[in-house]
Amino acid sequence: MAISLRVNGRHLTAEVPPEMPLLWVLRDELSLAGTKFGCGVGACGACTVHVDGVATRACLTPVGTVGSREITTIEGLHAHPKGKALQAAWIAHDVPQCGYCQAGQMMTAAALLKDKARPTRDEIEGAMAGNLCRCGCYDRIHAAIGSAAGVEA
Amino acid sequence: MIIDRRRLIFSIGAAAGGGLALGFGFTTAGEAAVAADGSIGDYVIVAPDGAVTLLAKAPDVGQGAKTVLPMIIAEEMDADWSRVRIEFAPVEQRYGDQSVGGSTTTPENYEPMRKVGAAARSLLVQAAAQRWGLPAASLKTARGEVIDPASGRRIGYGELAAAAAKLPPPDPAQLVLKSPKDFVLLGRDQGGVDTPAVVRGEPIFGIDTEVPGLEYAVYVKSPVPGAKLVSADLDAARRQPGVTQVFALEGLAPPAGKQVGLAPGYAPGIAIIARNWWLANQARKVLNARWDETAGAGHSTDRYDAQAREILKGGPGKVASQHGDVDAALAGASKRVDAVYHAPFLAHLSLEPQNCTARPTADGGVELFAPTQVATDARELTAKTLGLPLEKVTVHMRRSGGGFGRRLMADAAVESAVIAMKANTPVKLVWAREDDVAHDYYRPALWMAFDAGLDAQGRVSAYRAHGVSFTRDGTTPTTGGGVTQDAAPGLLADSARTEQSLIPTIIPTGWLRAPASNALSFVHEGFWDELAHAAGQDPVAFRLAHMRAYLAAQTQAPGDGKPKLDIGRLAAVLELVAQRSGWGRQSLPSGVGMGAGCYFSHRGYFAEVAQVRVSNDGDWRVEKVWVVGDVGSIVLNPLGGRAQVAGSIVEGISQLRCAVEFKDGKTVPTNIPDFDLVRMPDAPEIDIHFLVTDHPPTGLGEPALPPLIPAVVNAVYAACGARVRELPLTAERIKAALKAT
Repeated sequence: MAISLRVNGRHLTAEVPPEMPLLWVLRDELSLAGTKFGCGVGACGACTVHVDGVATRACLTPVGTVGSREITTIEGLHAHPKGKALQAAWIAHDVPQCGYCQAGQMMTAAALLKDKARPTRDEIEGAMAGNLCRCGCYDRIHAAIGSAAGVEA
Repeated sequence: MIIDRRRLIFSIGAAAGGGLALGFGFTTAGEAAVAADGSIGDYVIVAPDGAVTLLAKAPDVGQGAKTVLPMIIAEEMDADWSRVRIEFAPVEQRYGDQSVGGSTTTPENYEPMRKVGAAARSLLVQAAAQRWGLPAASLKTARGEVIDPASGRRIGYGELAAAAAKLPPPDPAQLVLKSPKDFVLLGRDQGGVDTPAVVRGEPIFGIDTEVPGLEYAVYVKSPVPGAKLVSADLDAARRQPGVTQVFALEGLAPPAGKQVGLAPGYAPGIAIIARNWWLANQARKVLNARWDETAGAGHSTDRYDAQAREILKGGPGKVASQHGDVDAALAGASKRVDAVYHAPFLAHLSLEPQNCTARPTADGGVELFAPTQVATDARELTAKTLGLPLEKVTVHMRRSGGGFGRRLMADAAVESAVIAMKANTPVKLVWAREDDVAHDYYRPALWMAFDAGLDAQGRVSAYRAHGVSFTRDGTTPTTGGGVTQDAAPGLLADSARTEQSLIPTIIPTGWLRAPASNALSFVHEGFWDELAHAAGQDPVAFRLAHMRAYLAAQTQAPGDGKPKLDIGRLAAVLELVAQRSGWGRQSLPSGVGMGAGCYFSHRGYFAEVAQVRVSNDGDWRVEKVWVVGDVGSIVLNPLGGRAQVAGSIVEGISQLRCAVEFKDGKTVPTNIPDFDLVRMPDAPEIDIHFLVTDHPPTGLGEPALPPLIPAVVNAVYAACGARVRELPLTAERIKAALKAT
């Protein structure tokens, strides 16, 4: 069936079953490959997107449940209120190693900063604990979030 | 060192649009950096508009090769780094071996890439000299321009490119390299060249590949490696929505004793192709596949453990190395210490699951878009498996979402090619995470029994180590295993013998970040900590005393043996990390301890101190790690280098917390939740210091990892008195060790 979605401010349509996870609709049907597949069971955070501003695991979100809610992916992060600051901080700290987890990390961080403009160390760690980085960039992720928020991490 | 025996040659050509294309190669047979037709890989392209493109010859899996290799060229040619364009080189014989692993990228490419940059600079300077009628030696270069200091005139490289392309190639022996003190790029922090693309979510990874007409595949294999298909309901899968093709493949067995992914061949399985990946993966649910799993019987970690311990209780193993008379020294020892250590199987779990995109070409060949550490092997193994001439297989390097040694195996690339050729359509093969966990090439488990003697002065007079590892062919250790890798502890004892025994296995094994060393460091350095305590000495002072005695003996008897590692360098990093961490001078609260470890691997010398807090329930957390490393005269990109070290520490903690079990040849864990991988709240504070020495620069992907594992285990002992000799380091094991004391 044809499913209409609002992604990064655009109206897009995909001919897919409603139970198909949003992750695969984005990647394989809408050519938005920035959102990553890591585990498929919501355990690594690589697929994190925003649904109406809330950090959401796209691999566990049936596309049929999204409805008219606004989806933001890494490709649309620059338009998020904290997006440009996060991208600049990520570059300044040269956060990525392989870079594969970073879309999910940044989307989680953006949702955190929208809720808590000046998070504490514990709040950062609590919010980011669901996002796995196998290269071990955690110190730089932490520092970049601190920079973007204007707090010392 | 190897470089000196080869002869560098350069090739010059006109680039498209009239610029300069500079290539170089080696002429020595066996190093195929010159293709059969005599062509040589291009590394530098200068366009008439001044745009400089530098080609990175080797894959980037997050270790920074795509950044650091061009940095070396740009440094010597004085290109304007802020304006250079960087691309992966094509995968062709004229580039030689295009692989990354073993922390070899830096040591093997530093000098050649400098010479490429110096050759480009030399040509551009000559072109300017001709134009101005001045001696080349009077001209300088900076940021993409040739400068005449006398007149202040400047000319951009682009304007000189066409003239430079007409010059004869420079004589490599005549090239003048910069003095490292004049470096403006190397030794200074540079961000990763792909970082901006990463933060914008651009589709740069292998798994992001799209080509026209692309379809998506899963490849369903037996949970027992290599098992043949008995039956499956292929028609049921064909009826699933979006599915376009389903077919079974018999596989192609690699030569006896070899593994798929390292030799031609591929595993049997069922390919399901659909219009998107999720639909393909859904369709596997109705396959109802049955496999002949008899080959897996008995290949269980429980049984391996029993076998290994039985072997260790019995007679000696095959002697792998020895010096002195260990048996006599043991008999005459003042004190005997023995222990059995065990490190489990481990998985790689790179975050980007194995995948590859393959497209059949009009000439009957195939084109691959491969996230791999071994682009050359991916091409050659695909050609051999498919029976194609090499020139009909094209490989494009794509950024990889983590390697850690898993992508040294070309299995997914070969599978994708076989499936695309059979389906006659472009196919993106993606393994589900469950496939990735079930079909890894695991770090092989290791059991090591020690029997050591201390003399009256507390010196290690005898050191017997008997390791049990695995074999596929009955005689040689499996990939990633073995017990004989160069380690300091045996060298430092007055007499030592390393013995090896092997258990037959069918479990695929491979190289995991700091292979062999990641297990050997744990067992040796953990046991040396025990020896120090048995001798009543401080563990760092104990090691340093043995190192100094060894060095003194070496001076007295030069040429007596040929140590592969420089104990002096190891002692220096250990001494410095003890200073920096306040070793022995800190008063720590109850339940907190510091432990040390030092190790030489992958040409790097590292010593580390871990501060660990252990709760009454045995829960532990690494609070801080001090690292001192010696990787030679310069860390080419300190920003990337520190990232590799920090990542090694984090991965070391994950290795301490994980294990993979097998039951009758099948992998027991299935997905990320089955692994206690380090998350942000678990990551320690890390203090990193590089000790600069007068040695050629070496790599940083691996050598910082091995010392971390024993440092943490030894810190747990210091914190609470629990001596843990088996990993993973669980609260249960810590509590059990406490009860045993």
